[in-house]
Amino acid sequence: MTAAPALPQLPKAPTGIDGLDEITNGGLPQGRPTLLCGSAGCGKTLMSVEFLVRGIEEFDEPGVLMAFEETADELAANVTSLGFDLKQLVADKKLRLDHVHVDRSEIEETGEYDLEGLFIRLGYAIDSIGAKRVVLDTIESLFSGFSNQAVLRSEIRRLFRWLKDKGVTTIITAERGDGSLTRQGLEEYVSDCVILLDNRVINQITTRRLRIVKYRGSTHGTNEYPYLITEDGISVLPVTSLKLEHEVSNEVVSTGVPGLDEMFTRGGLYRGSSTLITGTAGTAKTTLAAAFAAEACRRGERCLYFAFEESPQQLMRNMRSVGLDLQPFVEQGLLHIEASRPTLNGLEQHLVTLHKLIGQFRPQAVVIDPISNLVSVGSITEVRGMLTRLIDYLKVQGITALFTALVSGRSANQEMTEEGVSSLVDTWIHVRDLEGIGERNRGVSILKARGMAHSNQVREFVVTHEGIRLLDVVIGPGGIVTGASRQTQFLQEQAVAVAAQQEIERRERELERKRRVLEATIANLRTEFESVEEELRRSNQEEEQRHQELSQARQQIAAGHNARPGNHSAAAPANS
Amino acid sequence: MEPEQAPDSAGPEYVLHLFITGATPNSTQAVRNLQDICERYLPGRCELQIVDIYQQPELARAERIVAAPTLIKKQPGLVRFLVGDLSDRRRVLSLLGLVPDPNDPYLHD
Repeated sequence: MTAAPALPQLPKAPTGIDGLDEITNGGLPQGRPTLLCGSAGCGKTLMSVEFLVRGIEEFDEPGVLMAFEETADELAANVTSLGFDLKQLVADKKLRLDHVHVDRSEIEETGEYDLEGLFIRLGYAIDSIGAKRVVLDTIESLFSGFSNQAVLRSEIRRLFRWLKDKGVTTIITAERGDGSLTRQGLEEYVSDCVILLDNRVINQITTRRLRIVKYRGSTHGTNEYPYLITEDGISVLPVTSLKLEHEVSNEVVSTGVPGLDEMFTRGGLYRGSSTLITGTAGTAKTTLAAAFAAEACRRGERCLYFAFEESPQQLMRNMRSVGLDLQPFVEQGLLHIEASRPTLNGLEQHLVTLHKLIGQFRPQAVVIDPISNLVSVGSITEVRGMLTRLIDYLKVQGITALFTALVSGRSANQEMTEEGVSSLVDTWIHVRDLEGIGERNRGVSILKARGMAHSNQVREFVVTHEGIRLLDVVIGPGGIVTGASRQTQFLQEQAVAVAAQQEIERRERELERKRRVLEATIANLRTEFESVEEELRRSNQEEEQRHQELSQARQQIAAGHNARPGNHSAAAPANS
Repeated sequence: MEPEQAPDSAGPEYVLHLFITGATPNSTQAVRNLQDICERYLPGRCELQIVDIYQQPELARAERIVAAPTLIKKQPGLVRFLVGDLSDRRRVLSLLGLVPDPNDPYLHD
């Protein structure tokens, strides 16, 4: 590989096998032998063939497969089911199959010998196509053909040394021995990388597991990782990274229930976060999940809905009854409902199915309804492991996820803590029965929401024909009230309100009456005043008239006196 | 010493192919041993072919060679792979269906 940075890393040859490169931090040690050991039926041959085929197809590294057990035709037939066309690759000079047939009955030892013939065959195969990868499957078969162990051991040691010198990345498969990794102790000779495959049946469920026993010069995942043989080859889980370093989004998306959004200070869930809805039976978990899915589709996002309890048709019918029509989204291709029984597959198979569908559908939102059913196919530890991987994967992909989980009534919180899911998810919404006197009501509360403040109330909600509606908080004398108590409280409040209204009206009427009385009095007084005024005015006029008449009369008298000449004396009394 | 003649001997009675790897000690020893056997026991009755698989590596695969040196007895009888430098003269002779010659100096070493 192109490994020449400041500090040269151990060069690695990526296997191209799902997940294996993540665990090994990039692949097998390049140019060195790797021992792949395991008991019968583990898929050793398959894994090594896939290593070669992927090497050819993805990294353009031709390969040589030296098979000691199966003939070229058998091998080719065995891996056809995985879509590997070995014959074509051979024809393209990308692959060489060499079946080394060692039959004890044909071989007689007559003196000193070595395995130079094998070296020459291998060297010739490698040089003829410029191979970079070699698989020896299973070299231990040599031990059944030759009796001189000392020669075999020194020759095998020499072979590995020689392969190293040739710089080819080699996988050597070996059968698991009693108390040792391989029957013939090959691990002594291959010290660079040892991978152990294991096939275990626990509770009638077979799980294949892979562990890297050692990897010289490199860090690697040390756990046992489940792996599967799928129709696309081997898939090692996790298919995710081992680190916690995914990107985060600040964007907030709606839960699909307006009232529920309001319970979060930011009005919804962070995009790419994971949410768990727990609740006892019949608390509308699925309805909440479907509302979330429908809301995602309404935003134009793709949503993948895994239903472990209901068929798609049943789910759609049931959701239609609460006003959630999922049909159009399915028709638009925005919503994909994948329904299967949890018991159909083992946990790992489920995980792989999830991965595959997510890979194909590329959704922005994923709903799993419910995760608690998976416990039926695995122990709690295994389920936790699987969910960790799944949630991790979804987070890395930036997919907003919502899971529902059924919990039994009493120990609701404890149970989920045991399963360990609660610590994995970012948001935990709990729906439950609020059982009062003679009735059950549904209440929703938020137990945790990483990265945003949230309401601490238990909000009652009803499932109506138009979906889920959160009711306003009603506080009665004994705290928050729900259901019939809510009605009672409402009626009481109404009665009080009516009484208050009536009181107000009564006062209004009183006031009106007083005003009328007052106005009547005012009118009376005014009339009285008017009559007095009129009388006074009339007497005033009469007085004036009289005064005029008197002054006229005086003038007339004065004029009469002046008409007589010389009568001055008559004027004098008039002036006085 | 050689009582029976092959009745239908269109070709040689013995067809022996020896595959060696250059001039390694085992290979030279095998060549020496085989030539001695042929001269002593099978004069004129054997077709001996010595192949250096360093020179013809493609033959190694075709002839299913794993160890070296390997003597393949193609005829008579079943195909047998005689692996090693052929120093175990008695064993070689019995595998080839030959009766040991008491004068053979290599029989007792």
